[in-house]
Amino acid sequence: MKKYALFPGCSLEKMAASYYRSSVETTKKFGVELQELEDWNCCGATTYSYIDELLANTLVARNLALAEKEGLDFVAPCSACYKNAYFTNKYIKEDPDLWEHINYALEQDDLQFHGSIEVYHIIDIFAKEIGPEEIKAKVTNPLNGLKVAPYYGCQIVRPRKNGEEFENPQFFEEIIDAMGAEPVDFAERLRCCGASLIMTNRQAALEMVRVLLNNALNSGADVIATACPLCQVNLECYQTAVNEEFGTDFKMPVLYFTQIMGLALGLPRKQLGIGSELVSAAPIFSQVMVKEGK
Amino acid sequence: MSAKPTFSHEISNLMYKSHGNPTKSCIQCGTCAGTCPVAEYMDQTPRRLIGMINANLKEEVLASNTYWFCASCYHCTVRCPSQIDIAGVMYAVKRYSIWNKSYSEDLVGPAFSEAFVKIIARSGRSYEPILAPTYMFSMEPKEFVQEAFNATKMMLKGRIPVLPTRIKHIKNFQEMIRRIIPIGGES
Ligand code: SF4
Ligand code: SF4
Repeated sequence: MKKYALFPGCSLEKMAASYYRSSVETTKKFGVELQELEDWNCCGATTYSYIDELLANTLVARNLALAEKEGLDFVAPCSACYKNAYFTNKYIKEDPDLWEHINYALEQDDLQFHGSIEVYHIIDIFAKEIGPEEIKAKVTNPLNGLKVAPYYGCQIVRPRKNGEEFENPQFFEEIIDAMGAEPVDFAERLRCCGASLIMTNRQAALEMVRVLLNNALNSGADVIATACPLCQVNLECYQTAVNEEFGTDFKMPVLYFTQIMGLALGLPRKQLGIGSELVSAAPIFSQVMVKEGK
Repeated sequence: MSAKPTFSHEISNLMYKSHGNPTKSCIQCGTCAGTCPVAEYMDQTPRRLIGMINANLKEEVLASNTYWFCASCYHCTVRCPSQIDIAGVMYAVKRYSIWNKSYSEDLVGPAFSEAFVKIIARSGRSYEPILAPTYMFSMEPKEFVQEAFNATKMMLKGRIPVLPTRIKHIKNFQEMIRRIIPIGGES
């Protein structure tokens, strides 16, 4: 069983507990164990970088050092956490001065960064480590006819990690396809959800959410699949606010891709944290006759 | 006998060197402005802001709301034909304005960031309910109602933490931060 250090980040503790649960439950089906990183700290999302870049990198490096101590590669389900961890890991290895300064600080916490581990987003585990073929083989409840909008958002694909495709990625579509569902042609799938502008510039963020919901609806989606808690909260929890602001009538379910994956794998809804949505996902259940396993 | 750095140099200096190319190679093509999903809410487009930095229009750049309205989506960054990390530049200007307290007073972004960092330094993790009031009180009443409404609904569904989780050795953690930036308080 391959084991990873799971970095939940702040949002997965409560706000996105269903993402946490469904990530653990679905990966388990493929013989992958996600073990929560001991004693982790908040990675700062974007805000540490607003204050100081060295601080931002140090706080992220602490988490990497903790995972190194356990000898495990690092997995983050939150796209912002992932981006931070990925780039800190890369920047430190490229810069001996930065490495030295950060280790000088980490020493206070009895930790050191050695640069010995890899950083993944949870969607990488499905797309690359497990792969669509193996997913297909494990699907017991193919989601035939379910139209899913693959919402990539920003930081899984941007900024570029290793020169990979960023204008037309396909890995999310491939995962949805492997579940037996139909990935719809969602033109705005790479557009930003507004992220923390929902707190700092409400007007702009609501408009950004509106554009995405509208595009998903027009593309015929039954549900939007997300791979980030911030995207999920903006698209789902602010739908009422969008409807009030623009006089629209969106009722678009927004689930984590791991929750939809869990349905395809025959996991009970409860185990996937389904039921705590603010926009009901019930319409998709009547549409897909889900045979829930034990 | 070094000359005083220009504003555009200061901004470049605030960008960690791994980001590579700061702003000088901008050809003013407008790809960034055309890509940016927030551009219509900004008083200067990303293209103009980069141009203003290169022209050392410090006051005008800092008075702009553009860099605080940047959502860090990196769409401009990956598309810039001159490989400028525009999102990274926006971060650099944010830092410049925070350290100089030169951002415009009516913005929520800086207050939010500072409050957030204070909480991290104290508990090691972000904790929404403590943080909430610091930014919520600077909102319009209508926005405030929406925020509270959402928070209450989420709380009822068990989606907001009730108590902050602390990291184990908070003293060590704070000592670590002190080796990077002054955070005040006793050690
Ligand atoms: S895309 Fe790059 S080169 Fe073009 S205007 Fe923007 S910063 Fe300048
Ligand atoms: S990173 Fe900022 S400036 Fe660039 S496109 Fe996104 S929101 Fe606009």
